[in-house]
Amino acid sequence: MRRTRAAAASAVTVSLLAAVTACGGGSSTDGGSNDSPKTLTYWASNQGPSIEADKKTLTPELKKFEKQTGIKVKLEVIPWSDLLNRILAATTSGQGPDVLNIGNTWSASLQATGALLPWDAKNFGKIGGKDRFVESALGSAGETGSDPAAVPLYSMAYALYYNKKMFEDAGISGPPATWDDLVADGKKISKDDKWALGAEGANLSENIHHVFVFAKQHGADFFDAEGKPDFTSDGAVAAVKQYVDLMGKDKVVAPGNAEYAQNQSLQDFAKDKTAMVLWQTAAATLKAHGMSDDEWGVAPVPVQSGTPGADTAVNSMVAGINMAVFKNTDNIDGALKFVNFMTSVDEQTILNKTYGSIPPVKAAQQDPAFNTPALKVIRDTLAESAAPLPQVANESQFETAVGTAVKELFAEAAAGRPVTTASVKEKLDEAQQQMPKK
Amino acid sequence: MTVTAEPAVGKEAPPGATAPAPRRRTGRVRRIALPYLLLLPALLLELLVHLVPMVIGIVMSFKELTQFYIRDWGAAPWAGLDNYSLSVDFDAPIGKALLHSFFVTCAFTVLSVGLCWLLGTTAAVYMQENFRGRGFLRAVFLVPYALPVYAAVITWAFMFQRDNGLVNHVLHDQLGLTDSPSFWLIGDNSFIALLVVSVWKGWPFAFLIVMAGLQNIPKELYEAASIDGAGMLQQLRRITLPSLRPVNQVLVLVLFLWTFNDFNTPYVLFGKAAPEAADLISIHIYQSSFVTWNFGTGSAMSVLLLLFLLVVTGVYLALTSRGRKAADV
Repeated sequence: MRRTRAAAASAVTVSLLAAVTACGGGSSTDGGSNDSPKTLTYWASNQGPSIEADKKTLTPELKKFEKQTGIKVKLEVIPWSDLLNRILAATTSGQGPDVLNIGNTWSASLQATGALLPWDAKNFGKIGGKDRFVESALGSAGETGSDPAAVPLYSMAYALYYNKKMFEDAGISGPPATWDDLVADGKKISKDDKWALGAEGANLSENIHHVFVFAKQHGADFFDAEGKPDFTSDGAVAAVKQYVDLMGKDKVVAPGNAEYAQNQSLQDFAKDKTAMVLWQTAAATLKAHGMSDDEWGVAPVPVQSGTPGADTAVNSMVAGINMAVFKNTDNIDGALKFVNFMTSVDEQTILNKTYGSIPPVKAAQQDPAFNTPALKVIRDTLAESAAPLPQVANESQFETAVGTAVKELFAEAAAGRPVTTASVKEKLDEAQQQMPKK
Repeated sequence: MTVTAEPAVGKEAPPGATAPAPRRRTGRVRRIALPYLLLLPALLLELLVHLVPMVIGIVMSFKELTQFYIRDWGAAPWAGLDNYSLSVDFDAPIGKALLHSFFVTCAFTVLSVGLCWLLGTTAAVYMQENFRGRGFLRAVFLVPYALPVYAAVITWAFMFQRDNGLVNHVLHDQLGLTDSPSFWLIGDNSFIALLVVSVWKGWPFAFLIVMAGLQNIPKELYEAASIDGAGMLQQLRRITLPSLRPVNQVLVLVLFLWTFNDFNTPYVLFGKAAPEAADLISIHIYQSSFVTWNFGTGSAMSVLLLLFLLVVTGVYLALTSRGRKAADV
């Protein structure tokens, strides 16, 4: 009896443990078909203030498409926290949508899975050609030298948002153009529980976006020409240190920002607690936090010296959303028609206007709506001084490894412990050793 | 009527001396088969939900299943023991991080299970007495167990925020116990934050189970003991704890497995990258597979974890059963 009970307990134990090892199953089918030409499933990323708001924005447009082509589009808006996992699961099981949005920095990683339809000349031909798109946006759509894995849908870039009232109170006449200026201005602002700059220190992607730009400004890259990780070069170490020093050494970022990962720095900005944030498109969120448009200004992200431009004067990553087609779709013609529709000048204007982003389709940029002072800064940045994040298959792993290293360094700085060149290098070395060897 | 009824009876019980035997046999077969039949759906589901994925997980651990192959697992090359040797190479960063995570998880589990058991047992023992408001207190104690984990842990995450959180407001602003507001969600304190939430979430279960166990101890034992002059502590030591032994055996095991494998609490509290001090093994494995897209290594780590837990469980059951056998004698 006792033995039976022990056996039963062991069986229960095995079942409890099994949850850990559980993972899905795989399948593979190549190329698309036209087996179900009247329907499409579309996974949209969350671009507006909420999932519901996005559904409201997109549904009328999808109805238009249905009217034009007779194809019914089944829409699902997926929050950012789930999107990559959902795509991975769809890739693994082969049960995915026909068309989907992806963060443009994932392009090369997802391209490596082979799940996405390559945009060769023939496919581009069906949506009006490659030349319709802005070059920098196309540069963030897949591994360099291969056909893009997606086409650009919405483009964004970082800008410096500043709180006009706090600048005025501190006697500062205008936004800083260089990091030295920012630190000097920041020291005037950072007192009495007010701080100069906000940071999302526990958000891995944000950390990556910023240290990437700092690295460019120090003449370094996190990957060498062959796509191998190179995290410990002097430039990369100096870049990470300069970013974390804004909190640790320069003391212009509040220590509490080390645990921010949910856009709390925008709340602080709207509440007059932080005078500046580096953000992509903050207007809608700031409005939601009760800040009117004339209370903040927008300027280019600072550089080391001079003005933003190419190479060491880069001041933003090319941010944005791409649209991809799952290779095993059963409505390949419909999917291409849908991408053509979403990248048409009319739709690009309507959607980018709503989301506060810049259309990556050149012809759509002419609309005056994209000429406001705020959007002009972003547009100029995209055109002149933005660089794509490394387009390598291991980009996703890089974001996790280096993003976590920066998060841990911020935690050190926040706790008042010194962050030195040696300690930064050690962390980056650990991160590099975690990268896949192949 | 009787005429039509007769053949039916005859069919069921044909005349002859051997007739009753097969009937009894079918009856016995039915009786024996019935429990298996009733268990069949559960068994099938168990296979489908747990055992099949587990076997797939074990197969995956021998493959080089990176992003290049997830679309077609069959094409992934066999990796032999590479994933395992990578996981247990404690001089290299991946193995070192796994070992660190393992130690953190062990310390966390021992403390959490110990505290959950202690709190649960203490509360259950005191709640045995009849007093005003007992029902209300029982209900309040069970609230953390009834709340959805996700919502509850998000609330804790808000409370642990450095600048606007309730915890620092009380500890620093009101009581002045710390020189400056502490970080709870990053750095070394994150271990304490994780432990607090885990105990808060887990002790009501211990309370519930021990309370049920206490109902089965005959009152006469306590009455006899108190007549013999045994105080409360002695009663606890000589009657309550020995009587609860079989209950505790299962309770501690279940709490151990739940706590060791806890994923939700650290994930909701810290996000995808837990601080080093609170890097529990489940989230470490998640990061090693889902975030870095290396499902082979992640699976190998899972299999190692599975083996470890099986060994611990086996040893635990063997030891406690032997102890009980000795006590029974």
